[in-house]
Amino acid sequence: MRVWSLLKFYTVLVYTFMFAPIMVVLVLAFNSSQFGGFPIEGFSLRWFYALAENDAIIRALRTSVMLGLLTALIATTLGILASVALVRYQFRGKQWITTFLISPVLVPETVLAVGLLIFMRWLHMPRSFALLLIGHSIIALPFVVLVVQARLIGIRKDYEEAARSLGASPLQTFFQITLPLLLPAVFAGALFAFTISFDNITATIFWRPAGMETVPTQIFGMLRNSVSPEINALGFVMICITVGVPLLAGGLARYFSRKKI
Amino acid sequence: MSDQSLPADRRPWILLSPALVFITLLVVIPMAFILVYSFYENIDLAVDVPAFQFGNWEELLTDSYYHTAIWKTLRLSFIVTVLAAVLGYIPAYVIAMTRYRHKWLLLLLLILPFWISFIIRTLSWIHIFGNQGALNGLMNLLGLGDLPIQIMYTEFTVIVGFIHVFLPYMILNIYVSLEGIDTNLEPAARTLGATPWQAFREVTLPLSLPGLAAGSLLVFVLTGGSYVTPLILGGPSDFLFGNLVYDAVVTELNWPMGATLSFTLLFILGSVVVIYSRFMGMNQLAKAFG
Repeated sequence: MRVWSLLKFYTVLVYTFMFAPIMVVLVLAFNSSQFGGFPIEGFSLRWFYALAENDAIIRALRTSVMLGLLTALIATTLGILASVALVRYQFRGKQWITTFLISPVLVPETVLAVGLLIFMRWLHMPRSFALLLIGHSIIALPFVVLVVQARLIGIRKDYEEAARSLGASPLQTFFQITLPLLLPAVFAGALFAFTISFDNITATIFWRPAGMETVPTQIFGMLRNSVSPEINALGFVMICITVGVPLLAGGLARYFSRKKI
Repeated sequence: MSDQSLPADRRPWILLSPALVFITLLVVIPMAFILVYSFYENIDLAVDVPAFQFGNWEELLTDSYYHTAIWKTLRLSFIVTVLAAVLGYIPAYVIAMTRYRHKWLLLLLLILPFWISFIIRTLSWIHIFGNQGALNGLMNLLGLGDLPIQIMYTEFTVIVGFIHVFLPYMILNIYVSLEGIDTNLEPAARTLGATPWQAFREVTLPLSLPGLAAGSLLVFVLTGGSYVTPLILGGPSDFLFGNLVYDAVVTELNWPMGATLSFTLLFILGSVVVIYSRFMGMNQLAKAFG
Protein backbone atom coordinates (compact mmCIF):
# COMPACT_ATOMS: atom_id res chain seq x y z
CA MET A 1 0.00 0.00 0.00
CA ARG A 2 2.98 2.28 0.50
CA VAL A 3 3.65 2.02 -3.23
CA TRP A 4 0.07 2.98 -3.97
CA SER A 5 0.41 6.14 -1.82
CA LEU A 6 3.56 7.06 -3.70
CA LEU A 7 1.75 6.60 -7.01
CA LYS A 8 -1.10 8.77 -5.78
CA PHE A 9 1.35 11.43 -4.65
CA TYR A 10 3.00 11.34 -8.08
CA THR A 11 -0.41 11.76 -9.71
CA VAL A 12 -1.16 14.79 -7.55
CA LEU A 13 2.17 16.29 -8.61
CA VAL A 14 1.38 15.76 -12.30
CA TYR A 15 -2.05 17.35 -11.89
CA THR A 16 -0.38 20.27 -10.11
CA PHE A 17 1.99 20.61 -13.06
CA MET A 18 -0.98 20.73 -15.40
CA PHE A 19 -3.00 23.28 -13.48
CA ALA A 20 -0.65 25.46 -11.41
CA PRO A 21 0.41 27.72 -14.33
CA ILE A 22 -3.23 28.22 -15.33
CA MET A 23 -4.11 29.13 -11.74
CA VAL A 24 -1.32 31.68 -11.81
CA VAL A 25 -2.87 33.37 -14.87
CA LEU A 26 -6.27 33.40 -13.16
CA VAL A 27 -4.81 34.99 -10.03
CA LEU A 28 -2.62 37.52 -11.84
CA ALA A 29 -5.67 38.77 -13.76
CA PHE A 30 -6.68 40.51 -10.51
CA ASN A 31 -3.27 41.96 -9.78
CA SER A 32 -3.37 45.76 -9.57
CA SER A 33 0.29 46.09 -10.63
CA GLN A 34 0.91 47.65 -14.02
CA PHE A 35 3.13 44.72 -14.97
CA GLY A 36 1.80 41.33 -15.94
CA GLY A 37 3.93 39.24 -13.59
CA PHE A 38 4.76 38.98 -9.91
CA PRO A 39 4.82 40.41 -7.28
CA ILE A 40 1.13 40.79 -6.53
CA GLU A 41 0.55 44.32 -5.34
CA GLY A 42 -3.14 44.26 -4.61
CA PHE A 43 -6.58 43.23 -5.75
CA SER A 44 -8.04 45.18 -8.64
CA LEU A 45 -10.48 44.84 -11.49
CA ARG A 46 -8.79 47.58 -13.51
CA TRP A 47 -7.46 45.20 -16.17
CA PHE A 48 -10.93 43.89 -16.87
CA TYR A 49 -12.12 47.45 -17.46
CA ALA A 50 -9.09 48.07 -19.66
CA LEU A 51 -9.97 44.92 -21.56
CA ALA A 52 -13.55 46.03 -22.17
CA GLU A 53 -12.25 49.27 -23.63
CA ASN A 54 -9.64 47.67 -25.85
CA ASP A 55 -11.21 47.85 -29.31
CA ALA A 56 -8.68 45.53 -30.93
CA ILE A 57 -9.44 42.75 -28.47
CA ILE A 58 -13.20 43.21 -28.69
CA ARG A 59 -12.97 43.06 -32.48
CA ALA A 60 -10.84 39.90 -32.29
CA LEU A 61 -13.33 38.37 -29.88
CA ARG A 62 -16.18 39.11 -32.25
CA THR A 63 -14.28 37.55 -35.18
CA SER A 64 -13.42 34.47 -33.12
CA VAL A 65 -16.96 33.88 -31.90
CA MET A 66 -18.41 34.33 -35.39
CA LEU A 67 -15.79 32.03 -36.86
CA GLY A 68 -16.35 29.45 -34.14
CA LEU A 69 -20.12 29.40 -34.58
CA LEU A 70 -19.97 29.08 -38.36
CA THR A 71 -17.25 26.43 -38.13
CA ALA A 72 -19.44 24.50 -35.70
CA LEU A 73 -22.35 24.75 -38.15
CA ILE A 74 -20.37 23.47 -41.15
CA ALA A 75 -18.28 20.82 -39.42
CA THR A 76 -21.21 19.45 -37.43
CA THR A 77 -23.49 19.25 -40.45
CA LEU A 78 -20.91 17.39 -42.53
CA GLY A 79 -19.80 15.31 -39.54
CA ILE A 80 -23.30 14.19 -38.56
CA LEU A 81 -24.19 13.15 -42.11
CA ALA A 82 -20.96 11.16 -42.47
CA SER A 83 -21.28 9.58 -39.02
CA VAL A 84 -24.87 8.47 -39.67
CA ALA A 85 -23.67 6.80 -42.86
CA LEU A 86 -20.82 5.08 -41.04
CA VAL A 87 -22.83 3.88 -38.07
CA ARG A 88 -26.17 3.03 -39.67
CA TYR A 89 -25.22 1.44 -42.97
CA GLN A 90 -23.12 -1.47 -44.08
CA PHE A 91 -21.21 -0.87 -47.26
CA ARG A 92 -18.00 -1.83 -48.91
CA GLY A 93 -14.84 0.07 -48.14
CA LYS A 94 -16.21 1.41 -44.84
CA GLN A 95 -12.90 0.99 -43.03
CA TRP A 96 -11.13 2.83 -45.78
CA ILE A 97 -13.64 5.67 -45.70
CA THR A 98 -13.33 6.00 -41.92
CA THR A 99 -9.56 6.31 -42.20
CA PHE A 100 -9.96 8.86 -44.97
CA LEU A 101 -12.33 10.98 -42.87
CA ILE A 102 -9.91 10.95 -39.94
CA SER A 103 -6.81 11.51 -42.09
CA PRO A 104 -6.68 15.34 -41.86
CA VAL A 105 -5.78 14.90 -38.19
CA LEU A 106 -2.59 13.15 -39.19
CA VAL A 107 -1.46 15.93 -41.50
CA PRO A 108 0.61 18.43 -39.50
CA GLU A 109 -1.44 21.60 -39.19
CA THR A 110 1.39 23.71 -40.55
CA VAL A 111 1.42 21.61 -43.72
CA LEU A 112 -2.36 21.67 -43.98
CA ALA A 113 -2.24 25.46 -43.70
CA VAL A 114 0.45 25.95 -46.35
CA GLY A 115 -1.20 23.47 -48.71
CA LEU A 116 -4.57 25.18 -48.63
CA LEU A 117 -2.93 28.58 -48.93
CA ILE A 118 -0.96 27.56 -52.02
CA PHE A 119 -4.07 26.04 -53.56
CA MET A 120 -5.94 29.32 -52.98
CA ARG A 121 -3.02 31.22 -54.43
CA TRP A 122 -3.18 29.08 -57.55
CA LEU A 123 -6.89 29.88 -57.78
CA HIS A 124 -6.02 33.59 -57.37
CA MET A 125 -8.11 33.82 -54.24
CA PRO A 126 -6.62 36.04 -51.53
CA ARG A 127 -6.68 35.25 -47.83
CA SER A 128 -10.14 35.90 -46.41
CA PHE A 129 -12.58 35.15 -43.64
CA ALA A 130 -14.03 32.45 -45.89
CA LEU A 131 -10.63 30.75 -46.11
CA LEU A 132 -10.40 30.77 -42.31
CA LEU A 133 -13.90 29.32 -42.14
CA ILE A 134 -13.40 26.40 -44.52
CA GLY A 135 -9.94 25.83 -43.06
CA HIS A 136 -11.19 25.64 -39.49
CA SER A 137 -14.04 23.39 -40.62
CA ILE A 138 -11.63 20.92 -42.19
CA ILE A 139 -9.53 20.88 -39.01
CA ALA A 140 -12.59 20.30 -36.84
CA LEU A 141 -14.35 17.76 -39.09
CA PRO A 142 -12.37 14.62 -38.12
CA PHE A 143 -12.85 15.34 -34.42
CA VAL A 144 -16.57 15.89 -34.91
CA VAL A 145 -16.81 12.58 -36.81
CA LEU A 146 -14.99 10.75 -34.00
CA VAL A 147 -17.09 12.27 -31.23
CA VAL A 148 -20.45 11.96 -33.00
CA GLN A 149 -19.74 8.40 -34.11
CA ALA A 150 -18.99 7.38 -30.53
CA ARG A 151 -22.33 8.87 -29.42
CA LEU A 152 -24.31 7.42 -32.32
CA ILE A 153 -23.26 3.85 -31.65
CA GLY A 154 -25.13 4.13 -28.36
CA ILE A 155 -28.46 4.98 -30.02
CA ARG A 156 -30.52 1.91 -30.84
CA LYS A 157 -32.22 1.63 -34.15
CA ASP A 158 -35.26 -0.13 -32.69
CA TYR A 159 -37.04 3.13 -31.91
CA GLU A 160 -37.02 4.23 -35.52
CA GLU A 161 -38.18 0.84 -36.68
CA ALA A 162 -40.97 0.87 -34.08
CA ALA A 163 -42.11 4.32 -35.26
CA ARG A 164 -42.11 3.19 -38.87
CA SER A 165 -44.07 0.03 -38.10
CA LEU A 166 -46.61 2.11 -36.18
CA GLY A 167 -47.26 4.07 -39.35
CA ALA A 168 -44.98 7.12 -39.17
CA SER A 169 -43.61 8.43 -42.45
CA PRO A 170 -39.82 8.47 -42.92
CA LEU A 171 -39.83 12.25 -42.48
CA GLN A 172 -41.93 12.07 -39.33
CA THR A 173 -39.66 9.37 -37.99
CA PHE A 174 -36.62 11.50 -38.63
CA PHE A 175 -37.95 14.64 -36.97
CA GLN A 176 -39.78 13.01 -34.08
CA ILE A 177 -37.53 10.08 -33.25
CA THR A 178 -34.11 10.27 -34.84
CA LEU A 179 -33.35 13.96 -34.42
CA PRO A 180 -34.24 14.18 -30.70
CA LEU A 181 -32.08 11.10 -30.08
CA LEU A 182 -29.28 12.65 -32.14
CA LEU A 183 -29.35 16.01 -30.36
CA PRO A 184 -26.80 15.22 -27.65
CA ALA A 185 -24.39 14.05 -30.35
CA VAL A 186 -25.09 17.21 -32.37
CA PHE A 187 -24.35 19.40 -29.35
CA ALA A 188 -21.22 17.48 -28.43
CA GLY A 189 -19.92 17.76 -31.98
CA ALA A 190 -20.78 21.45 -32.30
CA LEU A 191 -19.18 22.31 -28.98
CA PHE A 192 -16.04 20.47 -29.95
CA ALA A 193 -15.88 22.20 -33.33
CA PHE A 194 -16.40 25.61 -31.74
CA THR A 195 -13.63 24.99 -29.22
CA ILE A 196 -11.21 23.82 -31.90
CA SER A 197 -11.87 26.88 -34.04
CA PHE A 198 -11.83 29.32 -31.11
CA ASP A 199 -8.49 27.94 -29.93
CA ASN A 200 -6.71 27.58 -33.27
CA ILE A 201 -3.58 29.61 -33.87
CA THR A 202 -1.17 27.42 -35.86
CA ALA A 203 -3.15 27.50 -39.10
CA THR A 204 -4.91 30.79 -38.41
CA ILE A 205 -1.66 32.74 -38.61
CA PHE A 206 -1.22 31.50 -42.18
CA TRP A 207 -4.81 31.95 -43.31
CA ARG A 208 -5.97 35.25 -41.82
CA PRO A 209 -6.11 38.24 -44.12
CA ALA A 210 -3.95 41.24 -43.23
CA GLY A 211 -5.56 43.21 -40.44
CA MET A 212 -7.88 40.46 -39.26
CA GLU A 213 -7.18 39.03 -35.84
CA THR A 214 -8.76 36.21 -33.87
CA VAL A 215 -8.34 36.13 -30.11
CA PRO A 216 -5.33 33.76 -30.18
CA THR A 217 -3.51 35.69 -32.91
CA GLN A 218 -4.29 38.96 -31.11
CA ILE A 219 -2.76 37.58 -27.91
CA PHE A 220 0.19 36.27 -29.91
CA GLY A 221 0.71 39.72 -31.39
CA MET A 222 0.55 41.39 -27.99
CA LEU A 223 3.04 38.93 -26.56
CA ARG A 224 6.18 40.03 -28.34
CA ASN A 225 7.79 41.88 -25.42
CA SER A 226 6.12 40.62 -22.26
CA VAL A 227 2.83 39.39 -20.88
CA SER A 228 0.66 42.45 -20.34
CA PRO A 229 -1.84 42.40 -17.47
CA GLU A 230 -4.63 42.72 -20.02
CA ILE A 231 -3.67 39.33 -21.43
CA ASN A 232 -4.10 37.82 -17.98
CA ALA A 233 -7.55 39.35 -17.71
CA LEU A 234 -8.39 38.11 -21.20
CA GLY A 235 -7.12 34.66 -20.23
CA PHE A 236 -9.44 34.71 -17.24
CA VAL A 237 -12.43 35.62 -19.39
CA MET A 238 -11.60 33.00 -22.03
CA ILE A 239 -11.14 30.23 -19.48
CA CYS A 240 -14.48 31.15 -17.87
CA ILE A 241 -16.19 30.89 -21.26
CA THR A 242 -14.52 27.78 -22.67
CA VAL A 243 -14.60 25.84 -19.41
CA GLY A 244 -17.81 27.26 -18.02
CA VAL A 245 -20.06 26.68 -21.02
CA PRO A 246 -19.35 22.95 -21.50
CA LEU A 247 -19.48 22.33 -17.75
CA LEU A 248 -22.80 24.11 -17.52
CA ALA A 249 -24.12 22.26 -20.57
CA GLY A 250 -22.97 18.92 -19.17
CA GLY A 251 -24.39 19.71 -15.75
CA LEU A 252 -27.75 20.78 -17.17
CA ALA A 253 -27.93 17.70 -19.39
CA ARG A 254 -27.28 15.49 -16.39
CA TYR A 255 -29.82 17.38 -14.29
CA PHE A 256 -32.58 17.05 -16.87
CA SER A 257 -31.89 13.43 -17.73
CA ARG A 258 -32.07 12.59 -14.03
CA LYS A 259 -35.35 14.45 -13.68
CA LYS A 260 -36.95 12.38 -16.43
CA ILE A 261 -36.21 9.14 -14.62
CA MET B 1 -28.33 -3.15 -39.71
CA SER B 2 -30.07 -5.92 -41.61
CA ASP B 3 -32.61 -4.58 -44.07
CA GLN B 4 -30.43 -1.77 -45.37
CA SER B 5 -27.37 -3.83 -46.06
CA LEU B 6 -28.07 -4.16 -49.77
CA PRO B 7 -24.78 -3.75 -51.58
CA ALA B 8 -26.25 -1.28 -54.05
CA ASP B 9 -27.66 1.05 -51.38
CA ARG B 10 -26.72 4.56 -52.34
CA ARG B 11 -27.92 6.31 -49.19
CA PRO B 12 -24.68 6.07 -47.22
CA TRP B 13 -22.78 7.51 -50.15
CA ILE B 14 -25.18 10.43 -50.41
CA LEU B 15 -24.67 11.12 -46.71
CA LEU B 16 -20.91 10.75 -47.00
CA SER B 17 -20.37 12.73 -50.16
CA PRO B 18 -20.27 16.26 -48.67
CA ALA B 19 -17.55 15.30 -46.20
CA LEU B 20 -15.61 13.30 -48.79
CA VAL B 21 -15.74 16.12 -51.35
CA PHE B 22 -14.74 18.62 -48.65
CA ILE B 23 -11.67 16.63 -47.61
CA THR B 24 -10.63 15.83 -51.17
CA LEU B 25 -10.89 19.45 -52.21
CA LEU B 26 -9.28 20.98 -49.14
CA VAL B 27 -6.73 18.39 -48.05
CA VAL B 28 -5.88 15.91 -50.80
CA ILE B 29 -5.65 18.35 -53.72
CA PRO B 30 -3.71 20.98 -51.71
CA MET B 31 -1.18 18.30 -50.74
CA ALA B 32 -0.62 17.62 -54.43
CA PHE B 33 -0.21 21.34 -54.99
CA ILE B 34 2.52 21.52 -52.36
CA LEU B 35 4.50 18.97 -54.33
CA VAL B 36 3.95 20.79 -57.62
CA TYR B 37 4.87 24.14 -56.11
CA SER B 38 8.10 22.79 -54.69
CA PHE B 39 9.45 22.71 -58.26
CA TYR B 40 8.47 26.29 -58.98
CA GLU B 41 11.09 29.00 -59.01
CA ASN B 42 11.13 31.91 -56.61
CA ILE B 43 12.16 35.18 -58.27
CA ASP B 44 11.44 37.88 -55.79
CA LEU B 45 9.35 38.52 -52.67
CA ALA B 46 6.04 36.75 -53.32
CA VAL B 47 6.84 36.38 -57.01
CA ASP B 48 7.35 32.93 -58.45
CA VAL B 49 7.09 31.33 -61.85
CA PRO B 50 5.85 27.88 -62.78
CA ALA B 51 8.82 25.71 -63.58
CA PHE B 52 10.13 22.23 -63.21
CA GLN B 53 13.49 22.63 -61.56
CA PHE B 54 15.14 21.11 -58.55
CA GLY B 55 16.64 24.28 -57.07
CA ASN B 56 14.53 24.22 -53.90
CA TRP B 57 15.17 20.54 -53.32
CA GLU B 58 18.86 21.00 -53.98
CA GLU B 59 18.98 23.78 -51.40
CA LEU B 60 17.16 21.59 -48.89
CA LEU B 61 19.48 18.64 -49.46
CA THR B 62 22.75 20.58 -49.45
CA ASP B 63 22.26 23.36 -46.89
CA SER B 64 23.17 22.09 -43.44
CA TYR B 65 20.87 24.70 -41.88
CA TYR B 66 17.91 22.56 -42.91
CA HIS B 67 19.56 19.36 -41.74
CA THR B 68 20.14 20.90 -38.33
CA ALA B 69 16.46 21.85 -38.17
CA ILE B 70 15.38 18.31 -39.02
CA TRP B 71 17.69 16.89 -36.39
CA LYS B 72 16.53 19.43 -33.80
CA THR B 73 12.88 18.67 -34.54
CA LEU B 74 13.27 14.89 -34.26
CA ARG B 75 15.39 15.22 -31.13
CA LEU B 76 13.01 17.61 -29.37
CA SER B 77 9.92 15.59 -30.36
CA PHE B 78 11.59 12.47 -29.00
CA ILE B 79 12.50 14.13 -25.70
CA VAL B 80 9.00 15.54 -25.27
CA THR B 81 7.41 12.16 -26.10
CA VAL B 82 9.57 10.20 -23.67
CA LEU B 83 9.08 12.70 -20.85
CA ALA B 84 5.33 12.83 -21.48
CA ALA B 85 5.19 9.02 -21.34
CA VAL B 86 7.17 8.95 -18.09
CA LEU B 87 5.07 11.71 -16.54
CA GLY B 88 1.78 10.39 -17.88
CA TYR B 89 1.86 6.64 -17.30
CA ILE B 90 1.49 6.68 -13.51
CA PRO B 91 -1.46 9.10 -13.39
CA ALA B 92 -3.21 7.08 -16.10
CA TYR B 93 -2.60 3.91 -14.06
CA VAL B 94 -3.84 5.52 -10.85
CA ILE B 95 -7.02 6.83 -12.51
CA ALA B 96 -7.72 3.46 -14.11
CA MET B 97 -7.15 1.43 -10.93
CA THR B 98 -8.49 3.71 -8.23
CA ARG B 99 -11.67 2.87 -6.32
CA TYR B 100 -12.01 6.53 -5.41
CA ARG B 101 -15.67 7.54 -5.50
CA HIS B 102 -15.01 10.72 -7.44
CA LYS B 103 -12.98 9.16 -10.22
CA TRP B 104 -15.10 11.15 -12.71
CA LEU B 105 -13.54 14.29 -11.27
CA LEU B 106 -10.02 13.08 -12.09
CA LEU B 107 -11.16 12.28 -15.63
CA LEU B 108 -12.90 15.62 -15.99
CA LEU B 109 -9.74 17.41 -14.88
CA LEU B 110 -7.90 15.47 -17.55
CA ILE B 111 -10.23 16.71 -20.29
CA LEU B 112 -10.39 20.25 -18.93
CA PRO B 113 -7.06 21.39 -20.47
CA PHE B 114 -8.48 20.65 -23.95
CA TRP B 115 -10.99 23.42 -23.32
CA ILE B 116 -8.44 25.95 -22.15
CA SER B 117 -6.83 28.11 -24.78
CA PHE B 118 -3.56 26.71 -26.07
CA ILE B 119 -1.90 30.10 -26.18
CA ILE B 120 -2.94 30.96 -22.61
CA ARG B 121 -1.62 27.62 -21.36
CA THR B 122 1.63 28.21 -23.23
CA LEU B 123 2.23 31.79 -22.12
CA SER B 124 1.36 30.86 -18.53
CA TRP B 125 4.89 29.45 -18.24
CA ILE B 126 6.28 32.95 -18.63
CA HIS B 127 4.62 33.65 -15.27
CA ILE B 128 6.48 30.71 -13.77
CA PHE B 129 9.95 30.96 -15.30
CA GLY B 130 10.14 34.59 -16.43
CA ASN B 131 12.16 37.34 -14.80
CA GLN B 132 8.98 38.48 -13.07
CA GLY B 133 7.84 34.89 -12.65
CA ALA B 134 6.88 32.85 -9.62
CA LEU B 135 10.19 31.01 -9.43
CA ASN B 136 12.34 34.12 -9.39
CA GLY B 137 9.90 35.75 -6.97
CA LEU B 138 10.14 32.78 -4.63
CA MET B 139 13.94 32.76 -4.73
CA ASN B 140 13.92 36.48 -4.10
CA LEU B 141 11.78 35.95 -0.99
CA LEU B 142 14.17 33.28 0.23
CA GLY B 143 17.11 35.54 -0.52
CA LEU B 144 18.83 33.11 -2.87
CA GLY B 145 21.54 33.93 -5.37
CA ASP B 146 21.89 36.55 -8.07
CA LEU B 147 18.50 37.45 -9.40
CA PRO B 148 16.81 37.21 -11.72
CA ILE B 149 18.14 33.96 -13.09
CA GLN B 150 17.49 33.48 -16.78
CA ILE B 151 15.43 30.33 -17.29
CA MET B 152 12.94 31.68 -19.78
CA TYR B 153 13.45 31.49 -23.55
CA THR B 154 15.57 28.33 -23.55
CA GLU B 155 15.10 24.85 -24.89
CA PHE B 156 14.05 23.81 -21.40
CA THR B 157 11.03 26.12 -21.36
CA VAL B 158 10.06 24.99 -24.86
CA ILE B 159 10.10 21.36 -23.69
CA VAL B 160 8.08 22.19 -20.58
CA GLY B 161 5.55 24.10 -22.68
CA PHE B 162 5.14 21.20 -25.11
CA ILE B 163 4.75 18.61 -22.37
CA HIS B 164 2.23 20.79 -20.57
CA VAL B 165 0.04 21.09 -23.65
CA PHE B 166 0.33 17.50 -24.93
CA LEU B 167 0.40 15.52 -21.67
CA PRO B 168 -3.41 15.10 -21.52
CA TYR B 169 -3.34 13.30 -24.92
CA MET B 170 -0.80 10.86 -23.51
CA ILE B 171 -2.60 10.22 -20.22
CA LEU B 172 -5.97 9.83 -21.93
CA ASN B 173 -4.66 7.27 -24.43
CA ILE B 174 -2.87 5.21 -21.78
CA TYR B 175 -5.92 5.42 -19.52
CA VAL B 176 -8.22 4.12 -22.26
CA SER B 177 -6.10 1.03 -22.85
CA LEU B 178 -5.63 0.39 -19.11
CA GLU B 179 -9.37 0.72 -18.55
CA GLY B 180 -10.00 -1.97 -21.17
CA ILE B 181 -7.93 -4.58 -19.32
CA ASP B 182 -9.86 -7.32 -17.53
CA THR B 183 -9.58 -6.41 -13.83
CA ASN B 184 -9.23 -10.09 -12.88
CA LEU B 185 -5.97 -10.54 -14.73
CA GLU B 186 -3.64 -8.91 -12.23
CA PRO B 187 -5.15 -10.73 -9.20
CA ALA B 188 -4.96 -13.96 -11.20
CA ALA B 189 -1.26 -13.40 -11.79
CA ARG B 190 -0.85 -12.71 -8.06
CA THR B 191 -2.58 -16.00 -7.09
CA LEU B 192 -0.22 -17.79 -9.41
CA GLY B 193 2.67 -16.46 -7.35
CA ALA B 194 3.71 -13.26 -9.10
CA THR B 195 4.88 -10.32 -7.01
CA PRO B 196 2.86 -7.10 -7.54
CA TRP B 197 5.68 -5.72 -9.66
CA GLN B 198 5.89 -8.90 -11.75
CA ALA B 199 2.13 -8.91 -12.21
CA PHE B 200 2.29 -5.35 -13.44
CA ARG B 201 5.30 -5.86 -15.65
CA GLU B 202 4.16 -9.07 -17.28
CA VAL B 203 0.40 -8.56 -17.47
CA THR B 204 -0.72 -4.94 -17.21
CA LEU B 205 2.18 -3.16 -18.90
CA PRO B 206 2.15 -5.25 -22.12
CA LEU B 207 -1.62 -4.90 -22.37
CA SER B 208 -1.39 -1.12 -22.04
CA LEU B 209 1.27 -0.76 -24.75
CA PRO B 210 -1.22 0.03 -27.55
CA GLY B 211 -2.42 3.07 -25.60
CA LEU B 212 1.11 4.11 -24.78
CA ALA B 213 2.05 3.81 -28.45
CA ALA B 214 -0.99 5.78 -29.62
CA GLY B 215 -0.31 8.53 -27.08
CA SER B 216 3.36 8.63 -28.05
CA LEU B 217 2.54 8.90 -31.75
CA LEU B 218 0.18 11.80 -31.12
CA VAL B 219 2.64 13.67 -28.94
CA PHE B 220 5.52 13.07 -31.34
CA VAL B 221 3.63 14.18 -34.44
CA LEU B 222 1.99 17.16 -32.75
CA THR B 223 5.32 18.38 -31.38
CA GLY B 224 7.15 17.80 -34.64
CA GLY B 225 4.62 19.87 -36.57
CA SER B 226 4.59 22.86 -34.20
CA TYR B 227 6.11 26.27 -34.58
CA VAL B 228 4.14 28.52 -32.21
CA THR B 229 5.46 27.15 -28.92
CA PRO B 230 9.14 27.84 -29.78
CA LEU B 231 8.15 31.34 -30.87
CA ILE B 232 6.54 32.04 -27.49
CA LEU B 233 8.76 30.12 -25.09
CA GLY B 234 12.04 29.66 -26.95
CA GLY B 235 15.08 31.76 -27.75
CA PRO B 236 16.43 32.54 -31.22
CA SER B 237 18.13 29.16 -31.56
CA ASP B 238 15.15 27.12 -30.39
CA PHE B 239 13.44 26.68 -33.72
CA LEU B 240 11.78 23.62 -35.15
CA PHE B 241 11.30 22.63 -38.77
CA GLY B 242 7.83 24.18 -38.62
CA ASN B 243 9.45 27.54 -37.89
CA LEU B 244 11.35 27.33 -41.18
CA VAL B 245 8.04 26.80 -42.97
CA TYR B 246 6.61 29.79 -41.13
CA ASP B 247 9.64 31.94 -41.99
CA ALA B 248 9.57 30.95 -45.65
CA VAL B 249 5.84 31.53 -46.15
CA VAL B 250 4.96 34.34 -43.74
CA THR B 251 8.21 36.31 -43.44
CA GLU B 252 10.15 35.77 -46.66
CA LEU B 253 7.12 35.17 -48.90
CA ASN B 254 9.14 32.50 -50.67
CA TRP B 255 6.29 30.19 -51.64
CA PRO B 256 8.22 27.52 -53.56
CA MET B 257 10.65 27.04 -50.68
CA GLY B 258 7.74 27.05 -48.22
CA ALA B 259 6.13 24.30 -50.29
CA THR B 260 9.36 22.30 -50.39
CA LEU B 261 9.78 22.55 -46.63
CA SER B 262 6.11 21.71 -46.00
CA PHE B 263 6.34 18.63 -48.15
CA THR B 264 9.47 17.56 -46.30
CA LEU B 265 7.73 18.00 -42.95
CA LEU B 266 4.74 16.02 -44.22
CA PHE B 267 7.07 13.29 -45.45
CA ILE B 268 9.03 13.02 -42.19
CA LEU B 269 6.03 13.01 -39.86
CA GLY B 270 4.02 10.92 -42.33
CA SER B 271 6.73 8.25 -42.24
CA VAL B 272 6.40 8.12 -38.47
CA VAL B 273 2.63 7.62 -38.80
CA VAL B 274 3.09 4.93 -41.46
CA ILE B 275 5.62 3.03 -39.36
CA TYR B 276 3.25 3.24 -36.41
CA SER B 277 0.22 2.02 -38.37
CA ARG B 278 2.27 -0.89 -39.74
CA PHE B 279 2.65 -2.17 -36.20
CA MET B 280 -0.44 -0.95 -34.39
CA GLY B 281 -3.15 -0.25 -36.98
CA MET B 282 -5.23 2.90 -36.73
CA ASN B 283 -8.04 1.76 -34.45
CA GLN B 284 -6.41 2.58 -31.12
CA LEU B 285 -6.14 6.24 -32.06
CA ALA B 286 -9.92 6.59 -32.32
CA LYS B 287 -10.60 4.95 -28.97
CA ALA B 288 -9.66 7.91 -26.81
CA PHE B 289 -12.68 9.79 -28.15
CA GLY B 290 -15.24 7.22 -27.07
